Amino acid sequence: MSNAPVDTGRRRFLTAATAVVGGAGAVAVAVPFIKSWNPSAKAKAAGAPVEVNISKVEPGQLIRVEWRGKPVWVVRRTDAILSELPKLDGQLRDPASEELQQPEYAANPARSIKPEFFIAVGICTHLGCSPTYLPDSFGEQVEGVTAGFFCPCHGSKFDMAGRVFQGVPAPLNLVVPPHQYVDDGTVLIGVDTGAA
Amino acid sequence: MKKLLIALVTLLPSLAIAAGGSNVHLESANVDLHDKESLERGLNLFQQYCSGCHSTQYQRYGRVAEDLGISVDDMRKKYMFTDAKVGELMENAIPPADAAKWFGGAAPDLTLVARVRGQDWVYSYLKGFYKDESRPFGVNNTVFPLVGMPHVLEDLQGIPVKQEDGTVVTTGGSMNAEEYDQAVRDITGFLAYSADPVKLEREALGWWVLGFLFIFFIVAYLLKKEYWKDVH
Amino acid sequence: MVKNIVDWIDARIPMTATYNRHVGQYPTPKNFNFWYFFGSLALLVLVNQLLTGIWLTMNYVPTAEGAFASVEYIMRDVEYGWLLRYMHSTGASAFFVVVYLHMFRGLIYGSYQKPRELLWLFGMLIFLVLMAEAFMGYLLPWGQMSYWGAQVIISLFGAIPFIGDDLTLWIRGDYVVSGATLNRFFALHVIALPLVLVVLVFLHLIALHEVGSNNPDGVEVKKNKDENGWPVDAIPFHPYYTVKDIMGVAGFLIVFCYVLFFMPEGGGYFLEKPNFEAANPMKTPEHIAPVWYFTPFYAILRAIPDKLLGVVGMGLAIAVLFVLPWLDRCKVKSIRYRGLIHKINIAQFTVSFLILGYLGAVPATPTLTIAARIFTLTYFGFFVALWVYSKNEKTKPVPTRVTH
Repeated sequence: MSNAPVDTGRRRFLTAATAVVGGAGAVAVAVPFIKSWNPSAKAKAAGAPVEVNISKVEPGQLIRVEWRGKPVWVVRRTDAILSELPKLDGQLRDPASEELQQPEYAANPARSIKPEFFIAVGICTHLGCSPTYLPDSFGEQVEGVTAGFFCPCHGSKFDMAGRVFQGVPAPLNLVVPPHQYVDDGTVLIGVDTGAA
Repeated sequence: MKKLLIALVTLLPSLAIAAGGSNVHLESANVDLHDKESLERGLNLFQQYCSGCHSTQYQRYGRVAEDLGISVDDMRKKYMFTDAKVGELMENAIPPADAAKWFGGAAPDLTLVARVRGQDWVYSYLKGFYKDESRPFGVNNTVFPLVGMPHVLEDLQGIPVKQEDGTVVTTGGSMNAEEYDQAVRDITGFLAYSADPVKLEREALGWWVLGFLFIFFIVAYLLKKEYWKDVH
Repeated sequence: MVKNIVDWIDARIPMTATYNRHVGQYPTPKNFNFWYFFGSLALLVLVNQLLTGIWLTMNYVPTAEGAFASVEYIMRDVEYGWLLRYMHSTGASAFFVVVYLHMFRGLIYGSYQKPRELLWLFGMLIFLVLMAEAFMGYLLPWGQMSYWGAQVIISLFGAIPFIGDDLTLWIRGDYVVSGATLNRFFALHVIALPLVLVVLVFLHLIALHEVGSNNPDGVEVKKNKDENGWPVDAIPFHPYYTVKDIMGVAGFLIVFCYVLFFMPEGGGYFLEKPNFEAANPMKTPEHIAPVWYFTPFYAILRAIPDKLLGVVGMGLAIAVLFVLPWLDRCKVKSIRYRGLIHKINIAQFTVSFLILGYLGAVPATPTLTIAARIFTLTYFGFFVALWVYSKNEKTKPVPTRVTH
């Protein structure tokens, strides 16, 4: 050891500089590790938009398609069902779709582009179960309502626009995925570029 | 003594480079991965002439389109001949079992051929076909003797006939020799890209990393020097 | 606040005491030179291998059907997967570069001599486990070289009399290298051997800190202490060697990243060309060479024209390093103060090792086989000669203090 005076200022500065540069390097090294957890090209390809032919869906019928591994419902609603929707507003948590559970173009009373077709991700906003479609017997759950969705896991209830009823565990309306009509009989789920 | 050892250590790689490699003379492929038009022409030729039998099954159409600056629509219309989706792997249209029946073996996947054999080999191979009636497909190859496939680019190159002096003269192709060389270079370029699609990105990132490390080294060196003033 | 937490912990486990014993107050000889960077660098590479290895398992598929494609999936489809994979593959070679240089340091400065025999033995075990780890890891990409390399190396065990055939069958779990082999190698590579490696590294460090570090002069700094009991030729590890090792890390990373980003195949020696082709049990590549870090031992194997003796020779080439502390009977450690004959012997050993490494990487020809036999003899000759001359070696006087 020597007894020469130590330039503590320089020493402190260089220590800080090394720590900062080294720390920046460590953060940069973390980037590939973190980014590698993003969906891979394969997952993205599998999650690509899905084209659905809806021309053969009967009134009142629900078809399921898979998009990004999740069930997406396409329900053809009858006029009777549609006329029932506004009457339920008082019993719902978010009747006017104020929460961002749908694209802008579906933030309307029927929560859809075309009122006839309701398209939603069939996953309960509570804990992720898939609710059951009750086309005729929903009255057992909510008196005076013909059709709706009932989640068997924890009893959450949704109307035919996917709007959640009050007094159930689910906090939010069902999610409407981005979608667009290619033509009258075909809808593309998962994409909404261009005119919706 | 120490210097001698260091000299020996540094000598080793140059000794080692002499290792491996075959005796066949290979022409330089001279591929430029920055030349995206060449790569796209190569993709076009590959899809037209090669993809019928050979897949490039480890890469995806969409990624190739993105890297080569091709629009998704163009990719789909011009270069995709199966009903695959853009995000899917560039797999083969022929089931391997059928290929085995027709050609006596499934044609190998070519995604990585430029890394297995080298670009120069691919280039020389595509230029190396010559007429040989004794072979099942009527052709042989200078860099791949007893090759088991026809000369699929024959209508471009013409029929290559080996002369007495070893040179090859072609007749009847739609391309002249120069054009054919370029076409083969385009295909080689595309396969070089396929084998190592991340090369350009990797090297670009590499310069940043080295620049950063250089700064880090200087700071660390100054810090070390500062502290070691204490030590005598 | 921080002090309270530290006190609280120190009352329960010896945190500060451990830190001081191994870092803050660890007396380190002040005359370490270039060769002393490689211990800390080995630790850095180990951490790199562990981290990138863990991340690679997240997308790797350990089946004969899926392994090769999953590596290409990592290289192409996973964001920055190529970087993680190249960090791991380049890291494997870097590990051996660093470890060989670390061992060479031990060799020239006599770091294996009393009282550091156990330290050397732990180091040799690390080297052995590292070779097993690298070998099993090399099978995982399931390329042609993975497959045939494994086939050849496993067949070596077949040379053992009586049990050889059953043993190879047991190792493979099949009649050829197959998915079963791949699965067990995967398990050993990603968990069993790394655990062993980490424990051995821990023991290596404990052994080092118990006896204290050697240095280029081979002087025991502990023998010369000042009035406070601090060795006069030592400095605390922190901050002096932490800042020096950080500088070493930066320098190493420049070389490492140059290879990683600009030549990840390492000229066909880090990632061999045939390994970009999926394993094909029906077709052997024209030329099978093990990865470069095994080639010196592989050359010895090939040099001996008898299957069993070849395997024995290769095993001995590694085993003899274990007993090095007892073969060297000289009391002087560092090459600086040893006789000319020792300097010549180490030089010829180094040359032999490098040339054997080269010979193991190229196809054997009759001339090269003769060369391999000569250098196999000089390789073993080093140890024999060392044992003979070290008893009465003419050495220079060793200073009582380190020189600089």
